[in-house]
Amino acid sequence: MAKKFTAKPDELSKVDYKPPKKGWMDTPAEFKEHTFCWGAKGKNLDAVNFPNARDWSPAEEDWKLPENWQEIFLEGIRERLGKYRSFKLFMDICVRCGACADKCHFFIGGGDPKNMPVLRAELLRSIYRKYFTASGKMLGKIAGARELTLDVLKEIWYYYYQCTECRRCSVFCPYGIDQAEITMVGRELTNLLGLNTDWIAGPVANCYIKGNHIGLEPHTITNSVEFFLDDIETITGIRIKPTFNRKGAEILFVTPSGDLFADPGTYTAMGYLMLFHELGLDYTWSTYASEGGNFGLFTSNEMAKRLNTKIYAEAKRLGVKWIIGGECGHMWRVINQYMDTWNGPADFLEEPVSPITGTKFENAKSTKMVHIAEFTADLIKNGKLKLDPSRNDRLKVTWHDSCNTARGMGILDEPRYVLRNVCNHFYEMPEDTIREKTFCCGSGAGLNASENMDLRMRGGFPRANAVKYVRDNYGVNMLANICAIDRVALKTLMEYWVPDVMVTGLHELVGNALVMTGEKKRTQDLRLEPLPEKEAKE
Amino acid sequence: MRILFSFFAVIALVLSAYAGVKIANLQFLFGVVIPYIAIAIFILGFIYRVLKWGSSPVPFRIPTTCGQQKSLPWIKQNRIENPSSISGVIIRMALEVLLFRSLFRNLKTQLKEGKLVYGEAKWLWLAGLAFHWSFLIIFVRHFRLFLQNTPSFIKMIEGLDSFLQLGVPVLYMTDVVLLGSVTYLFLRRVFIPQVNYISLAADYFPLFLILGIGTSGVLMRYFYKVHIVSVKELVIGLASLHPVIPQGIGVLFYIHLFLISTLLVYFPLSKLMHMGGVFLSPTRNMVNNSRMVRHINPWNYPVHVHTYEEYENNFRGKMKKAGIPVEKE
Ligand code: HEM
Ligand code: SF4
Ligand code: SF4
Repeated sequence: MAKKFTAKPDELSKVDYKPPKKGWMDTPAEFKEHTFCWGAKGKNLDAVNFPNARDWSPAEEDWKLPENWQEIFLEGIRERLGKYRSFKLFMDICVRCGACADKCHFFIGGGDPKNMPVLRAELLRSIYRKYFTASGKMLGKIAGARELTLDVLKEIWYYYYQCTECRRCSVFCPYGIDQAEITMVGRELTNLLGLNTDWIAGPVANCYIKGNHIGLEPHTITNSVEFFLDDIETITGIRIKPTFNRKGAEILFVTPSGDLFADPGTYTAMGYLMLFHELGLDYTWSTYASEGGNFGLFTSNEMAKRLNTKIYAEAKRLGVKWIIGGECGHMWRVINQYMDTWNGPADFLEEPVSPITGTKFENAKSTKMVHIAEFTADLIKNGKLKLDPSRNDRLKVTWHDSCNTARGMGILDEPRYVLRNVCNHFYEMPEDTIREKTFCCGSGAGLNASENMDLRMRGGFPRANAVKYVRDNYGVNMLANICAIDRVALKTLMEYWVPDVMVTGLHELVGNALVMTGEKKRTQDLRLEPLPEKEAKE
Repeated sequence: MRILFSFFAVIALVLSAYAGVKIANLQFLFGVVIPYIAIAIFILGFIYRVLKWGSSPVPFRIPTTCGQQKSLPWIKQNRIENPSSISGVIIRMALEVLLFRSLFRNLKTQLKEGKLVYGEAKWLWLAGLAFHWSFLIIFVRHFRLFLQNTPSFIKMIEGLDSFLQLGVPVLYMTDVVLLGSVTYLFLRRVFIPQVNYISLAADYFPLFLILGIGTSGVLMRYFYKVHIVSVKELVIGLASLHPVIPQGIGVLFYIHLFLISTLLVYFPLSKLMHMGGVFLSPTRNMVNNSRMVRHINPWNYPVHVHTYEEYENNFRGKMKKAGIPVEKE
């Protein structure tokens, strides 16, 4: 089944936007190769006590559903209509003006009309109308209502796992209808039937039992960090000694586990270690709360909460005063929108104050959790860091706003401020592709698997296209961001669409530019590549 | 199909009013009974729908942030698009409701020789705004029919609306704008392929209905005059709960009134409820301050978690070997 994805970029970039002649209700979903992820393994669903745990495959005819699956699905809708005003309202008030239609990266890159946010919503809305509204019950198809058949279920599944919950549609909708909210509900419903993907269910199970998505056990975490420390020593001559699970530290540091695992996230992790060491920060890592990200968010509200609980629980156990969070997109959506509501109040912590600058982080006074870009921006503003941005002179950098931090939080200028201070060449992508209008990497919300490459490369096409623009016009060769998924996903995306552009986290560039006390003369950057000439000559 | 269905539905409404009044002489039904029922359904239905939305809680703070958050004091916050205070939200909502702020952002995405370009696309915004505002102004102008003496602010609106001073009776600009913009909204549904693809009968029907209301109104005012004094008598009768059916009102008026009654009944059953819904939308009407002030979820419930103790029990040996402190030796 797993044929290699071989489509060439120039094939993929020919997109046909013309909708088919037949109406969408009469066009069942076709499960195209390389557009969907494998089904969740029974053992991964079992690990978190999810219903209908069994091995299954979306490509097969038989989805091994429970006898009364319709009932479960409809009851699930009813329950959520009562729990979420957003869901109920968004089912009711769309006028189908189409303003959101060409705002979704999956539609732009693929042309499938059911990837227009409005139609993605209609897939579920048609069911809502049929079973929950008078007009739908009476008028049926004329009122846009339809029966919940197996084909319809499969269609909903197919397209709700082709949405990265990025909220770009919501920015343009006159009522703020947010397909991400609807997708979240849709995915909860599929999870009532055991229809998760393994790319999501696997990390969820890992995170639940081992503390992080990758499934790193405690000794593997310290081992990985040891490797980074070796590299840092090679580069700077300084041996750093971070601590793990240390009680009484002032600050707990939580970051996505991806940064401990794969390039280029690992360089970002090195950046954190160097920065904290240079500051002499009294902080600790945790192996129990070793995940900032939260694949539960792509599963169900309850699962997300179950995973998120560990952060406050660990902060309490260790007796820290407050928490710093590393660079991650959906992690910060969770921290900004959900964490305190789910697992607060964090009254055992103190309002965060930077021990270096004395700055009170007023905006985090309830969650007690500060974004590292906020933390670092404050350090730089107060002149607490010695920086040599010319060490990044090899790089012409552009900035990718991650969907979650842009549209679910609004952290836009803090990282840009840091960036401008640690590198000399920074170019923005076109205005309609950044900040609140930023484009998704195409692989968020648990879609960064390897079996759905067609979908990912199409979904990332608008982002890649904007990067290409700055590469062609300004010679940009580095795409910086504050998201662990981006660091992995954009790397693949760039290799495909804009091969000469590399990907970095913000704190990798900070680590490069940071002049550390007692360091030897640096000749290498964090990737162990030679620093630019000028620096080497000095 | 979807278009024809909606079109003929409106034609059928016109014909039934025509037949009802012209042939069956049901003036009282079409002039009094149906309007009363329609108004009652509209008011009760509208309230019911809003209360029903209101009965579902907003468990999380989920504003769509469209600008810089409130953060360090020297970083300039976008107080409107990413509000951290109620006043910011009020301005944000006012911009949405009065000026369709989000629709104003609209872009047209085009793929040209492998390059994506994002062009201006303000027509929908302009036509939408023109339609809604002219609808509102026409609605307000109608109050002259409800009141013996026309209040001065309505006279003022009428004056402004007809300042071109064209024709007899003078032309109201909003009449032209309303019909023009609704026609545009209809045509874009037909001719823009994606919009056509997503459109339901329920999208064409209100457009035809409003076109029908507008057209019958325009015909009455400029072409086939109805007896305006009698119309006023009827409307005041309705408003004062002493309904009367004066003689000699043209059938066109009854058609107009019946279409309006239909709109009123249809309103709470349909997407037209966006009028109420826009105010309740959590992605727009919430403050982005959930890191500053804890938001309460009324149905927050305890969940199963994997505790630290369980974790340590799983990994104690490995932790000790790696030099990680443990709770129990
Ligand atoms: C607070 C009041 C209202 C607001 C903020 C509002 C806003 C909007 C917006 C932004 C759109 C999408 C753009 C467009 O197609 O024009 C729209 C569509 C529409 N509105 Fe309203 N509206 C309101 C009240 C009403 C009322 C009272 C009606 C009455 C009959 C109405 C009828 C329509 C119709 C028919 C459409 C769909 C147009 C189409 O098919 O393209 N709206 N509204
Ligand atoms: S922009 Fe909003 S109202 Fe318009 S079609 Fe999309 S979801 Fe519906
Ligand atoms: S949330 Fe993002 S991926 Fe999902 S429909 Fe909207 S624009 Fe597309």
